Amino acid sequence: MVHLYKNNGYNIVIDANSGCVHSVDEVAYDMIGLFEKLDKQTLIKTVLEKYADNPAIDEAELEEIYGDIIALKESKQLFSEDEFADFQWDFKKRNSVLKAICLHVAHDCNLACKYCFAGKGEYNGEKALMSYETGKQALDFLVANSGTRHNLEVDFFGGEPLMNFEVVKQLTAYGRSLEEKYNKNFRFTLTTNGILVDDEVIDFCNKEMSNVVLSIDGRKCVNDRMRVSRNGKGSYDHILPKFLQFVEQRGNKDYYLRGTYTGFNKDFSADILHLADLGFKELSMEPVVCDPSEEYSLHDEDVPALCEQYQILADEMLKRKREKNGFTFYHYMIDLMGGPCIAKRISGCGVGVEYMAVTPTGELYPCHQFVSDERFLLGNVWDGVQHPEVLDEFKHCNVYAHEECKDCFARLYCSGGCAANAFHSTGSIRGVYKLGCELHKKRIECAIMLKVAEQTEGLEE
Amino acid sequence: MAHINTINTRNLHESAVKGGCGECQTSCQSASKTSCSVANQKCEQCKKNND
Repeated sequence: MVHLYKNNGYNIVIDANSGCVHSVDEVAYDMIGLFEKLDKQTLIKTVLEKYADNPAIDEAELEEIYGDIIALKESKQLFSEDEFADFQWDFKKRNSVLKAICLHVAHDCNLACKYCFAGKGEYNGEKALMSYETGKQALDFLVANSGTRHNLEVDFFGGEPLMNFEVVKQLTAYGRSLEEKYNKNFRFTLTTNGILVDDEVIDFCNKEMSNVVLSIDGRKCVNDRMRVSRNGKGSYDHILPKFLQFVEQRGNKDYYLRGTYTGFNKDFSADILHLADLGFKELSMEPVVCDPSEEYSLHDEDVPALCEQYQILADEMLKRKREKNGFTFYHYMIDLMGGPCIAKRISGCGVGVEYMAVTPTGELYPCHQFVSDERFLLGNVWDGVQHPEVLDEFKHCNVYAHEECKDCFARLYCSGGCAANAFHSTGSIRGVYKLGCELHKKRIECAIMLKVAEQTEGLEE
Repeated sequence: MAHINTINTRNLHESAVKGGCGECQTSCQSASKTSCSVANQKCEQCKKNND
């Protein structure tokens, strides 16, 4: 499967099955577009007629391009076949080797963001903080079920995890104490709304957390409309100075400023650029996921405007890159040379199999977005998985499980999409969240355009 | 002039031979949490070879 598109002056060809990318001129673009539709003679004749006014384009030239296309096809860089479909059978039989947990250390929050998928931090349940004993058991459970995996990931999540900071510190120390004995490397991360960030938090996180995710939505008016305290006060002025200090002291360690955009700020590129203008370099902005009846929800008819925003962002990022003032946008971070292998791309995010969420009381769910939905309860950290039928359902989650993805060029970039989004929009984890798909395809097109531009213009770092 | 410029990419067909060690980052542990961003992750084997 080949995907052709034009973006920012580049004609781009993605060979979906090999992941190969080609930047081509107009004539080659036309020829590749017609390659599978016409026989060689008809194709050359058709293209010659189109370029009749261009003396540089003659039959010999087109023969040469045709030969190049054939050579790329033979080397599996263009029109390559899907040779991976049989892999899925291995995935279905795969052992569940756990390597990452989302540790809900607090089902409580000191903000009441209006779009929160976690029901203002409580996941539609009761307020709760994870005890050290439960967290310790969760880490033991992770180590015990991680097989030979060396790198284990633990995200301190909530609610707001800093409402249980003492336990975060204790669990980090406990995790470190297991590393040598079990030959593991813990990568701790923390996602925070910033309210409780202080010098101690910054020092601790910059020492122990391999990544921190700092939540802010962009412009003050946008942030303060949704990210509010329990009494309705906006959080921007309180968190921004803390985030600036946090990032300044973080050195080279990873961080993301992560926002959510909604139907209230469909011009969200301005929010990303606002954060970039403040000096932040690693940015992420996700479309809101919520009930379609909410006034701030996003709808199918918004897709063209939202795609335009992604284009504006990509164009501006390229401009700033050329001016040596670039920044990173999470969804445009595609490493064409060092990205994931095919096994990862087919198997996806590992929800419920490699990745699980742990509630404050130690219950296991396939991921943070399924927490509190009893249908997806897997078990608990003491007794392990008690509902293998739920686990089996998630083992089947891979790119080939989605019929709609069969002909999509982007399927090896999203692995069939997010199971939680699919479930919440279609009622099945094997469905597809169509709005999310359209946005993802546009993001992939922009991300690859940026990579093509960087390689073509020598902008790579 | 070249009509087709092939960008440096990792060929996924070749990655099928040695891939699947499972050491790479889980996408929801980075910055997404509400979408699947598998392609944004780095391959641990490639990282190791570049270090």
